[in-house]
Amino acid sequence: MARKIRVLVGKAGLDGHDRGAKVVASAMRDAGFEVIYTGLHQTPEMIVQAAVQEDVDAVALSILSGAHMTLFPRVLELMREKGLKDVLLTGGGIIPKEDMEALRKQGVGDLFGPGTTTGAIIDYVRGWVAKHRAPAGAAGAAPARTGTSR
Amino acid sequence: MAETRAETKVKRAPAAPPGHAPAALSPADGSRPGIPPETLSGIPIEPLYTEKDLPEDLDHRMMPPGEFPYLRGLHPGMYRARLWTMRQFAGYGSAAHTNERFHYLLGHGMTGLSTAFDMPTLMGYDADHPMSLGEVGREGVAVSTLDDMEILFHGIPLDQVTTSMTINAPAIILLAMYVAVAEKNGIPPDKLGGTVQADMLKEFIAQKEWIIPPRPSVKICVDMIEWCAEHMPKWNSISISGYHIREAGATAAQELAFTLADGIGYVEECVKRGMDVDVFAPRLSFFWDVHNDFFEEIAKFRAGRKIWAEVMRDRFHAKNPRSLMLRTHAQTAGVSLTAQQPLNNVARVAIQALAAVLGGTQSLHTNSMDETLALPTEEAATVALRTQQIIAYETGVTATPDPLGGSYFVEALTAEIEKEALGYIRRIDEMGGIVVAVEKGYPQKEIADSAYRFQQQVERGERVIVGVNKFQAENEEITIPVLKIDPEIERGQIDRVRAVRARRPKERHAQAMSALRDACMSTKNLMPFVLDAVRAEATLGEICDVFREAYGVYREPAVF
Repeated sequence: MARKIRVLVGKAGLDGHDRGAKVVASAMRDAGFEVIYTGLHQTPEMIVQAAVQEDVDAVALSILSGAHMTLFPRVLELMREKGLKDVLLTGGGIIPKEDMEALRKQGVGDLFGPGTTTGAIIDYVRGWVAKHRAPAGAAGAAPARTGTSR
Repeated sequence: MAETRAETKVKRAPAAPPGHAPAALSPADGSRPGIPPETLSGIPIEPLYTEKDLPEDLDHRMMPPGEFPYLRGLHPGMYRARLWTMRQFAGYGSAAHTNERFHYLLGHGMTGLSTAFDMPTLMGYDADHPMSLGEVGREGVAVSTLDDMEILFHGIPLDQVTTSMTINAPAIILLAMYVAVAEKNGIPPDKLGGTVQADMLKEFIAQKEWIIPPRPSVKICVDMIEWCAEHMPKWNSISISGYHIREAGATAAQELAFTLADGIGYVEECVKRGMDVDVFAPRLSFFWDVHNDFFEEIAKFRAGRKIWAEVMRDRFHAKNPRSLMLRTHAQTAGVSLTAQQPLNNVARVAIQALAAVLGGTQSLHTNSMDETLALPTEEAATVALRTQQIIAYETGVTATPDPLGGSYFVEALTAEIEKEALGYIRRIDEMGGIVVAVEKGYPQKEIADSAYRFQQQVERGERVIVGVNKFQAENEEITIPVLKIDPEIERGQIDRVRAVRARRPKERHAQAMSALRDACMSTKNLMPFVLDAVRAEATLGEICDVFREAYGVYREPAVF
């Protein structure tokens, strides 16, 4: 049986804007993902600990407070410390393009800004997980066919 | 009044000829794709509105502005007599940066100040707390100490401007700091005009910036209302806010209902404490969002005034006309702005601002076109202010109050939104009031459901967002300038708060903190104790720590 994609949707820092995180969580759930939502005001440590405990495929952070250049690198660093190598760190919020690129260079996945469809986010996570779960030969599989290798 | 209207009815043009416009526009006939015949909030819109759609109690509704139930406006001449207050929300970086922006905006014709605080301040943490990491000065101005507050308002005559402070969980501290700064400048509290948002119920419902649980939070709100009623007759002790509820995804009717239910909740608590409703109610103020659906928004403002006037008269037996008046600030809908083709936002903001004016707002903030990307640049903030000035001075809409009064469509919509909102308020009453409803997560769930429904409609193309899911620009590169916050600001702010802690008189500080701690264990009004603590240079974080110890920290159930 293919394991469902497990995603941790997290709100890091003091930011209380949870409309986007909840909409994305609902859409992922309706798309068949298993979604764990951390709730508000989590520290990077709490988020990474939850990611380890829940054995997720992806961590999706929502940050609208401008603190993304501090929080994404910190979460990524902790994920590496905990050995979460094949886990995607993605997210969205009010994040200028040059900051998205700077974070990508550090190893963060794609980040999504205002106006993104939930479909685009879901396709991206599916594609990433399919590529990273599958053996090398299946890396080019269409994003929609996830988990076929397990 | 009634006679004039009866005459109007006779004179009105007959309904459209059979088979004309209504048939051509009926949904069955295929309205234009992507434009559903319903409001943004899902209220169905008929093909044509006629006299038959007017509410039965039209005479009551059409009482002139300045008369109960105030549907047509709070004051007889409305903007003929006095324009609304143009109040642009500002705040970023250090207190000195924001002080500079305040002077700039006042120099450009803004008529009231409005302060945005940064996340650590909003959440009750000093700049050097670990939770503040990376957030100092980013979304607003950092204020940890009385010293910061003095710099923030340096050179501004506090007895001549009115100041709004968007602060909630630590509102009592910022209010005390404002009073203390004025005191140092020889200005007594009764000369201060302005507003402190201090609406904790909507924090639990929507904005999610809380410290302690709902019940003690409401207790502190009531402390402020009580203290202001006695000492600050020109101050709005609370701004009961629908803005955040709407931004979180609520429909117009939900915004109206949950906000008015919050208002009812505060009034109930004040009355329970033995306060005379006519002493505090005149200083309650409100805050609406103004979204894209033009007529629905105008109807919302009008319906809100009527519901509040009737609730205050019939439920709380208020007698002072000022207790019945829903005075409101309004802000254009940040959530409606798009990161794509950001210049388009100037048009959205103008239309929303016009709706607020036609709805009869007392004060208005217009958003800047770049706010989906970052805090506004000076240029973008100026265009936003100019938009209000164009409406005020060029369009002529200020010449007569409630110019849409009597419109078949607007009156029908006003009645419909009122009915829907009253339905929610009734449900909340049945649950045992708004505090219980919030503890159960009822408004939170309703809002999340509405937000998800809206997003699904957008993704199915049933809702058009220009530049996002239709009329997109190919390979769009966003090139407008964006305000950058210098990371050095955090460092500087940390040094400043530590310096204050090191240099302040220790004994006075310890005494004030100990008195505050004791007061938290009693039912006493906390305002005098917070004021003393602030005078003794206690920091915002320290005072909030006392609240955390006394009342506990709130954790919401993480549901979606």
